Amino acid sequence: MNNIIVLPLIVPIITATLLVFLNNNIKLQRIVSLITMIFVACISVVLLQLIQTEGILRLDFSGWMPPFGILFVADSFSVLLVLTASIVTAVCLIYAFSTIGERHEKMYFYPFVLFLIAGVNGSFLTGDIFNLFVCFEVMLLASYVLIALGGGKMQLRESIKYVLINVVASWMFLVALAYLYGTLKTLNMAHIAQRVAEAGQDPLLTVVSLTFLVVFGLKAGLLLFFWLPGSYSVPPTAVQALFAALLTKVGMYALFRTFMLMFPLQPEITHTIIGVMAGATIIAGCMGAFAGRDVRTIATYNVIISVGFILVALAVGTEDAMAGAVYYLVHDMLGKALLFLLIGTMILVTGEVVVKNMNGLIRIYPLFGWIFFIMMCALVGIPPLSGFIGKVLIGQGAIETESYVLLALAFGSSIIVMYSLLRIFLASFFGETSINEEDKMPIPRGAMASFIILAIFIIGLGVGAEGLAVYVNDAAYTLSNPSVYIDAILNTNK
Amino acid sequence: MESLMIVLVGILVTVATYLILSRSVIRVIVGTAILSHAVHLLLLTVGGLKKGSVPLLGQAAAPFTDALPQALILTAIVISFAVTAFLLVLAYRMYLMNGTDDLEELGGSSDE
Repeated sequence: MNNIIVLPLIVPIITATLLVFLNNNIKLQRIVSLITMIFVACISVVLLQLIQTEGILRLDFSGWMPPFGILFVADSFSVLLVLTASIVTAVCLIYAFSTIGERHEKMYFYPFVLFLIAGVNGSFLTGDIFNLFVCFEVMLLASYVLIALGGGKMQLRESIKYVLINVVASWMFLVALAYLYGTLKTLNMAHIAQRVAEAGQDPLLTVVSLTFLVVFGLKAGLLLFFWLPGSYSVPPTAVQALFAALLTKVGMYALFRTFMLMFPLQPEITHTIIGVMAGATIIAGCMGAFAGRDVRTIATYNVIISVGFILVALAVGTEDAMAGAVYYLVHDMLGKALLFLLIGTMILVTGEVVVKNMNGLIRIYPLFGWIFFIMMCALVGIPPLSGFIGKVLIGQGAIETESYVLLALAFGSSIIVMYSLLRIFLASFFGETSINEEDKMPIPRGAMASFIILAIFIIGLGVGAEGLAVYVNDAAYTLSNPSVYIDAILNTNK
Repeated sequence: MESLMIVLVGILVTVATYLILSRSVIRVIVGTAILSHAVHLLLLTVGGLKKGSVPLLGQAAAPFTDALPQALILTAIVISFAVTAFLLVLAYRMYLMNGTDDLEELGGSSDE
């Protein structure tokens, strides 16, 4: 029995429901939510080991054999993302303990974080495309609440835009599903892939796949990112970090599954369009990061640049690029969470958002400053930190397929990332300090602990990339050979 | 019958698009609700409006009606119901805080 696959979805939901009733006991809420996330992380490590020995795992709910029932599928790609998402959530929770404030904690903050992670894990693990829609909605509803929680003037204003855009995007998702069901009469991802391979990907199916591209592009912030900078800068820091680390990644995961597994047969159309969109996303993100004056804007445009960067790998589509994309997705979840936590803390201690108005922070908070430096190097891709290996592999893939324009854009963007973050580092951390030693605001210990944990993971991922290679290569192999996935699901004799 | 349904879906989408493009938040929300009805009808139609028998084991005569679109629609209705309810509350709170329901005025500027 593979019942263990469903635990990353079901455990957060059960504990979140319980926590709703323990609303007044804040201490208990903190402990239970943290333990839940650590438990889910441990489960995913076990799953990852299990996949190496037994191949792709699947769980058919109530015994309906595929392709008829809904099922969960665990392969290395999805479980690596589940593991990283759980770690990042646990760290963001640790940060939230000391910063989010009692008002949020009493307004069901922890249950909604757990619902969010349940939706995220469900999206990673499901093997049925309608179930993917449902998990998306679970995640989005929790994110709607988290973004509006607190009820500030700007917050409500931005959250209504965020919700409306996502409602329309979800509608597009349903339209795409309707067309898909109308043409292929199946919703099981492996079965879709099989039928597309058998029947050939005719123009009608390509149009359906492009509808999915628009939907997931909106969710991932691929070119259609106009909603992202506004809505990512209003909620509290811990929520911002969660959103930056998780939400766009789920959209990207769905894009990889759609175009590597289900509709891989017309790359000259679909993958070219993705390549153009990725390139445009990188350019637009770089312009935003250049022009930004306040730290939040710079950070949100850095999210957009990385979306473009990872989807360059999808446009390239070789096995090397896939391995790079998996490495980079894991790295980017950790790196972006740390970036947003650090930026949020800078705003908290100085009370300023504009880069120029902060200065000399490293003199008062030395460790904080050096962690910012490590994070910056990692995001830029300096070895031996975590961003390096992903960038090298994606670049290698781009050279193999001779996509030199994308290669230039992708690596050019690293310099812009470097510039935008170095500007913050030079202006805000160096120079004369305007804060006295006496009236400095101490950084809460919990927050400091969360930075250190993330920094350790970033260094660990860079130095220990070799140790992770087994899992990443397995994930890349499954992604670039869809038949492995299809056989594991539809070959029921096993 | 199918073509008639598709025309109806088209009309609903037209109405919803008109409402979504207006400036008042409430009209936009009503627009999204109508949009979701349109897609439910679409799901029903592309699934095929067959007149087969009930898809139950033990019921003899084939062909069976495809039950899956109905299950999909049911799920989608529940989700859109929850989202619309949340959206209405959010819009009301936003109206109380910002003092306007005109999306044009809610644009916001970069120097806040």
